[in-house]
Amino acid sequence: MNTTRRGFLTAAMAAAAHGQLGAQESGHDHQEVPSDLTLRVKALESLLVEKGIVDPAALDALVDTFEHKVGPRNGARVVARAWADPSYKKRLLSNAPEAIAELGYTSGQGEHMLVVENGPKTHNLVVCTLCSCYPWPVLGLPPVWYKSAPYRSRAVIDPRGVLAEFGLQLAEDVELHVWDSTAELRYLVLPERPAGTENMTEDQLAALVTRDAMVGVAKVPAPRPGGNE
Amino acid sequence: MNGVHDMGGMQGMGPVQYEKNEPVFHAVWEGRVYSLNRAIRAWRKWNLDTDRHGIELLPPADYLRMSYYERWFTRLLTNLVQFGFVTKEEMESGKPAPGSSRATPALTATMSSGFLSRGIPSSNDPKVRPLFKVGQRVRARNINPSGHTRLPRYARGKTGTIMIDHGVYSFPDTSAHFLGEKRQHVYSVRFTARELWGESASPRHFVHIDMWDDYLERA
Repeated sequence: MNTTRRGFLTAAMAAAAHGQLGAQESGHDHQEVPSDLTLRVKALESLLVEKGIVDPAALDALVDTFEHKVGPRNGARVVARAWADPSYKKRLLSNAPEAIAELGYTSGQGEHMLVVENGPKTHNLVVCTLCSCYPWPVLGLPPVWYKSAPYRSRAVIDPRGVLAEFGLQLAEDVELHVWDSTAELRYLVLPERPAGTENMTEDQLAALVTRDAMVGVAKVPAPRPGGNE
Repeated sequence: MNGVHDMGGMQGMGPVQYEKNEPVFHAVWEGRVYSLNRAIRAWRKWNLDTDRHGIELLPPADYLRMSYYERWFTRLLTNLVQFGFVTKEEMESGKPAPGSSRATPALTATMSSGFLSRGIPSSNDPKVRPLFKVGQRVRARNINPSGHTRLPRYARGKTGTIMIDHGVYSFPDTSAHFLGEKRQHVYSVRFTARELWGESASPRHFVHIDMWDDYLERA
């Protein structure tokens, strides 16, 4: 173990300096060769565990939280509640952290939140041009595109062009508000409730709400005639 | 710093690459890198602003080439040595130095849910007076700090309107460098796209940017 781990971490640092860290290989015939990053991260974790700096069970718990407990289904519950309950919606728009905590979603990166409401003539779009700020408690960790250069660079200068790439064409008379998450405020879009959902339960409404609609790159589609489910 | 991370308004980055049914982590190592970063921050040797600046300090070509969690991994290696968690020799050998004492992890599994819900401090501390008020016209200062800043280049020198006073937060430009929290008000400032991007921009396009007192001056 000692010899396999030796040199991996310094190699990672040297590779970073020489532009090779991203050179992951996969797909060689009939072989499952662990990527360099797999080995290097394992080597680092082993070292930190042996030094008593991290507890591997705590790492497991953190991964489990974001893979299974926190994600856009939380945000969908918040949106569905706001659609179904006007007094909840009012609380959500005036004090989002408290209203979101009512549903039990209280983890980090959501302490200071603002919910911005879409309407027939208003559309909101959320971005973090400087890094990857995102409302974790209600949406989980951000998708790769949200953290990518194409989205971060153009969302503020050409939001209609970006939305068109997501398949969303906004009418010319719609006001477009882009929220750049430069501080500790995190933004959640409250999408428009689609037509044809008047008789739906809160659970059925939540099932319609997508992550993309809560970032503002999509609308919530109307349920298909004849019923979805 | 005027780094490549400050991407607002850049062009030529190509179309958005969308992945359907994207997993939270694309490989096991990504989840480990994420949780290692979180667990080591529980030691409180550095703060969120230091972490953000660590990514900004990556050479621009590396920043653009690396995947998101590769950036996190590279920053972590640097921080671990810089803040004395791991020596260069231990990085080389992959083993704790002989005779070195074993620490007790700052974060355990039972603590992790409580840790996750612990917030970023802000307050409505009445002793910290706001320098501006809602409705006021303000100009983002034309400053070019070489350290960490959260004032994006595309807003500097531009005039907007304060829409919301978010309360009091520590100031990233000093906090990232351990130069004090310098707590001050943060505002949501609304800019018209025409102010930011010129006359060809749509009159129905606005950009809202959160800004600290020290980023602003009277317009």
